[in-house]
Amino acid sequence: MLIAAILTLGVGTYTMRLGGVLLRDRLELSDHLQRLLPMAAASLLAALAATAALMDGTSLAGVARPVGVVVGALLAWRRAPFVVVVLAAAGTAALLRLAGIE
Amino acid sequence: MRTATRTPDRELLRDAAAIAAAMIAVGASFGAIAIAYGLPVWVPFLMSTAVFAGGAQFLAVGLIAAGNPIAAVLAGLLLNARHLPFGLAVAATVGSRWRDRLIGSHLMTDEVVAFTLAERDPARRRRTYWLIGLTLFTSWNAGTALGVWLGGATGDPATLGLDAAFPAGLIALILPSLRDGDTRLVALLGAAVAVALTPVLPAGLPVLCALLGLAVLFRPGRRGTAGRETQEAPC
Repeated sequence: MLIAAILTLGVGTYTMRLGGVLLRDRLELSDHLQRLLPMAAASLLAALAATAALMDGTSLAGVARPVGVVVGALLAWRRAPFVVVVLAAAGTAALLRLAGIE
Repeated sequence: MRTATRTPDRELLRDAAAIAAAMIAVGASFGAIAIAYGLPVWVPFLMSTAVFAGGAQFLAVGLIAAGNPIAAVLAGLLLNARHLPFGLAVAATVGSRWRDRLIGSHLMTDEVVAFTLAERDPARRRRTYWLIGLTLFTSWNAGTALGVWLGGATGDPATLGLDAAFPAGLIALILPSLRDGDTRLVALLGAAVAVALTPVLPAGLPVLCALLGLAVLFRPGRRGTAGRETQEAPC
């Protein structure tokens, strides 16, 4: 049962991944709709980032994580390198927690 | 984020190393949690190789430990449904050969898509997709093994602030595409919709509902109105 569940999840996930890649050839999309594909991906990624930054399960994530993400986002906006963005976000959240702010 | 003045490949390798380090740490916490739940040792390994999707793995392992494997499958699939639109967006980058499509599709994750779409040049996109994809697959599985081996000694990734690192990294990667006004509008709206719906919908659905943000491009009176090309949203 356990192995069947994991394999079903794996095969299903792979099917969706491959499905999008293969479907792209079958769909004859107008230029206008083609332009929407990267926008759809950007929208999904923005939604993932926002929910991961602000929410913990179905409730708000507290202070440390959102503040860390905001610090990282500001640095990214100022065109800091990716490594700096990631380290600053993690460092800020970790230091806030060390100071007892969750 | 990337400018033409920087040496591109060194920068890409450095970014890959940074995300790999974070993936090892989060993968280790996944491996440790699976063992702490009392699941057999092969479970985290099989998940990290066969499923290879962090969010769905954490969710599924919790539901399996709670004795509900069917819910684990359904919730995991719902959470991973976003890979279908991701696949549409990166299909040209993955390649046209069957071998590339079959292997490349399995490497598709949020981070890979974000890294890929941050590049403009098709050749660089392709290199980025494969380099980041293979790096993440390797580091995620190495991290899982480390976590299984170390068990509880890996600690909580939140102590290191890694829960803030991943959203910040995603934001850094999508910022260049947000310079386009339409994309910015759609993405901000999608993010707001997802956050607002998170308390009321099951995990996975709120993020999919971010696609509703595309609807603003089809509002009446807008230039180049789409007419019959209405976008199907999943909810």
